[in-house]
Parts: sequence; structure tokens; C-alpha cells
Amino acid sequence: MTSIGTGYDLSVSTYSPDGRLFQVEYANKAVEAAGVAIGLRCSDGVVLGVERLLHSKLLVKGANRRIASLDEHIGIASAGLLADGKHLSRRGREEAASFRENYNSPVSVQILADRISAYLQAYTCYGSVRPFGLSSIIGGVDKTGPRLFCIEPSGVYYGYRAVASGKGKALAKTELEKVVNKALEAGQEGGITCREAIDEVARIIYLVHDDNKDKDFELEMTWICEESGNKHAPVPEDLLKAAEEKAKAALEEGMEED
Amino acid sequence: MANINSVDIARLKNGEVNLGTSIMAVQFDGGVVIGADSRTTTGSYIANRVTDKLTHIHDRIYCCRSGSAADTQAVADVVHQHAQVYTAVYGAPPTVSRAAALFEKMCYDNKDQLSAGIIVAGWDKESGGSVYNIPLGGGMFQQPWAIGGSGSTYVYGYCDATYREGWSEQETVEFVKNTLALAMSRDGSSGGCIRMCVITKDKVERHFIPGNELPRFWEGKEIIGSVNKQQVVLA
Repeated sequence: MTSIGTGYDLSVSTYSPDGRLFQVEYANKAVEAAGVAIGLRCSDGVVLGVERLLHSKLLVKGANRRIASLDEHIGIASAGLLADGKHLSRRGREEAASFRENYNSPVSVQILADRISAYLQAYTCYGSVRPFGLSSIIGGVDKTGPRLFCIEPSGVYYGYRAVASGKGKALAKTELEKVVNKALEAGQEGGITCREAIDEVARIIYLVHDDNKDKDFELEMTWICEESGNKHAPVPEDLLKAAEEKAKAALEEGMEED
Repeated sequence: MANINSVDIARLKNGEVNLGTSIMAVQFDGGVVIGADSRTTTGSYIANRVTDKLTHIHDRIYCCRSGSAADTQAVADVVHQHAQVYTAVYGAPPTVSRAAALFEKMCYDNKDQLSAGIIVAGWDKESGGSVYNIPLGGGMFQQPWAIGGSGSTYVYGYCDATYREGWSEQETVEFVKNTLALAMSRDGSSGGCIRMCVITKDKVERHFIPGNELPRFWEGKEIIGSVNKQQVVLA
């Protein structure tokens, strides 16, 4: 208890002497242990993708999804504790529904992200609760166009062109930077298209996946764009399959180069 | 729901002040014109002959109130407060449709307690000028023009026959003024003067027509039984 930083991690409502909240930082560790989640803002919509790690061969294919819909036009991909993610998406839906109830119009992505972040932040203030072990990527299309946010366990949220969280997020982020910069250099201010983004997101998730450490995984992808009727929906099976094939091929190619 | 466009006087408590009213809002390219008579009654007694029934909700959103004066003032106050909080929280003024949705929710949720028929109108960045009618039960209807209050029943035909799309601001003001004058002349619980308000992107401009300057264009000069001058000439 004498050295700085010990004994101050028992409660979220206690700061360490150098002003940190250890429980919140530990919550980030829970996020880092989860399969990667990626969001990419495109010129014509938003694409969300997660690497869903399978802890058992007996699991039903496509079950236990980690991307949920909050409203017709907004989706949430969460990296971290699965049950926390379910709770948060339920809360997000309630917020979206309450906005509709009050104003008779769909909530904007920014306002919803703001409300959810306020909810998360409250869990960093009381000794009786623990912070959410979650980084949530919220993407959607509203009147202002495609929007993408990521909310961290502390409750802060930022808007992004592209974002990744979970295991191997550093590698995913460098790959996403390449994608974003390439689009900017080509003069595509709004980014690549959703069709192109599907391939990129699939490729990055396959690249980030660690075959040695982790067991099997399933690729889960959703989008919001004109092709999906500006609604949050799973990427069609055929497109997903094609993207996966390309991702595997790209991975093989990379291996040969090594 | 015998007639949703008229105020059910029986719902009012004995002696309650009533906006036995003629109110109106009309959309035009770039804004709206709203208008109302100025009479407030308690039974047959005129409690206020220069009432202002055009009530400020936000910078570019107003409502016209009909029904119980107390109820509609209370509802307008609450929505006004909501609109201010909305602006503070979201950093932009609410749209007319969102303000109208707030009215609708209040009027519907409390329909058993309220007698309020409200027209919400104004200008916003998204849709320009727009008009929403919220009649007695708490429905919400977007309309190019809306009339309300006890006086409105007398002028539906006039509005149907007269209204045209694509009017200028001036033409719309004339339409509102004439319609209200007609309603006020037939409806015993409407009268006094006409108050109007033009709401556009750039301005909220009030117009006032005193009781002795109301339009009288429909009043024929001939009296039944008298000889028509023109007929004499023709003969």
C-alpha cells in the first residue's frame, strides 16, 4: 500500500494519487481480450465488422451475434464482455425509442452516441458498480450523412473515419489508416464506397486474427447504405462469402511474401 | 369525437375562460402566415377583447391556441420550455415538426384533462415553412393550411374554394385576413381584431387589424327587396 498505485484499484470512486481510475483502466483490459471490432465510414454509408471468436465447436453457426441494431438506421458493434454488450444495446434501443416517442423522428447518430456515453460514464462514479468492459462502435446514417463513433469504458466518445477496438486493434488501425489515406489521396473526401469497404474490413479482420492463439472465428458484418435501404442490416450472404474468399487469398499471398 | 374541429363547450368547467376562436395558419414558399381573432369569453361575457392567441414557442415557431385558455397556455409553456432545453442540449433549434410532436404528445397523453386545439406553425432549415394541426384528441396532421376554433366551421368551404398553391407572402396574408374576417362575422364567440404573424427565415413580423378596419368585401350593398340599380339601367 505504500508505493504509488497500489490499493487504489478497489473502487471506481477512488482516484489513485496520480489521478487515475484503475477500475476504468482494467475495464479497457477486458476490451483488449475480445475479438476485434471494426467500423468504417464510407462515402455512401457505414460498414461494421467483428471477429467473433468461437470458444466451442458445438456452437451454432451465426449465433451469439455481437453487432446489434439500435434503431432502423443505427448499428452497434461491441468489443468486450458479451453480456455488457447486450445490456448496452438494450439501453441504446430504449434511448432511440424514447427519442422517437418524444420528437416523432429518428434520433441522429451523434445524439444517440452522446446519450449512451452518458450512461457509461455514470458507471465510473459509484463504488457500488463496475464500469462496462466495453468499447462500442456506433455507426449509422442520418440526415447529416454517414456517422461513426466509438465509446470507451470511461464514457468518452470520439467521431471517426475508421476505428477498431479489441484484440489487435493497433494493427487494424494502421491498416485502416492506409485505407483512409488512399481514399483521401484519390480525392475521395468521404472515403471509399461500402461495396469496397466490405472487402477491406474482411481483409483486415482476417489479417488481425491470430491463428496460433485463437480458435476458430466467424466474420460478422453489417452495413447501412443505399443498397440496404438506408437501414442497418447484415451484409448479404453472397457478398460476405466473396469478401471472405478475397481476404483468405490476400492472406495466402502475404504469407508467401514473408 | 362528434366533431374534432370544434371545442366541446360542455367539457369546460362552469365559468372557465374559453378561446371561442377563429385561428388559422397557411404555408407559403419560404414561410408561414398565422392569424387569429382576439376574443376570449366566459360564457357570453367577453373576458378579453384584445387577446393574443399567437403564442411564441421558439425563435421561428409559433402556435395558435383554441379551447381552454388555461389549458392551452399551460401546454404552450411546457413546450416552450422543452424547446429551450432542446436548443441547449442539441445545439440547434428544434424543427417545427419536432415542436409539433411535443404538442401532440402532451395533448394525446392528457386528452382526458385537456380541451386544447392547437395549430403549430413556423419555419425551419429542413422543411422551410410548415403547418401542423393538433385537434382535440391529440392527433398530428401536417397540412398546407389549417383552420381551427369554433369559427373555423363556417369558413371551410371558403378556404377549400379559395386556397391556391404558390401564393406570395402578400397573397397569403390577404387570404388569412379575409378568412378570419368571414369567420368572425358569423361566429358569435369570435371577434374583436385580427392578429397575424409572418414567419420566414429572416423575420417574425406581426400585423394588426383593428376591429373597425376588418375586411368587409363580402358585404353586398343591396338590401333584400330593394331595386337593383344595374337591373334598372339594363331595362
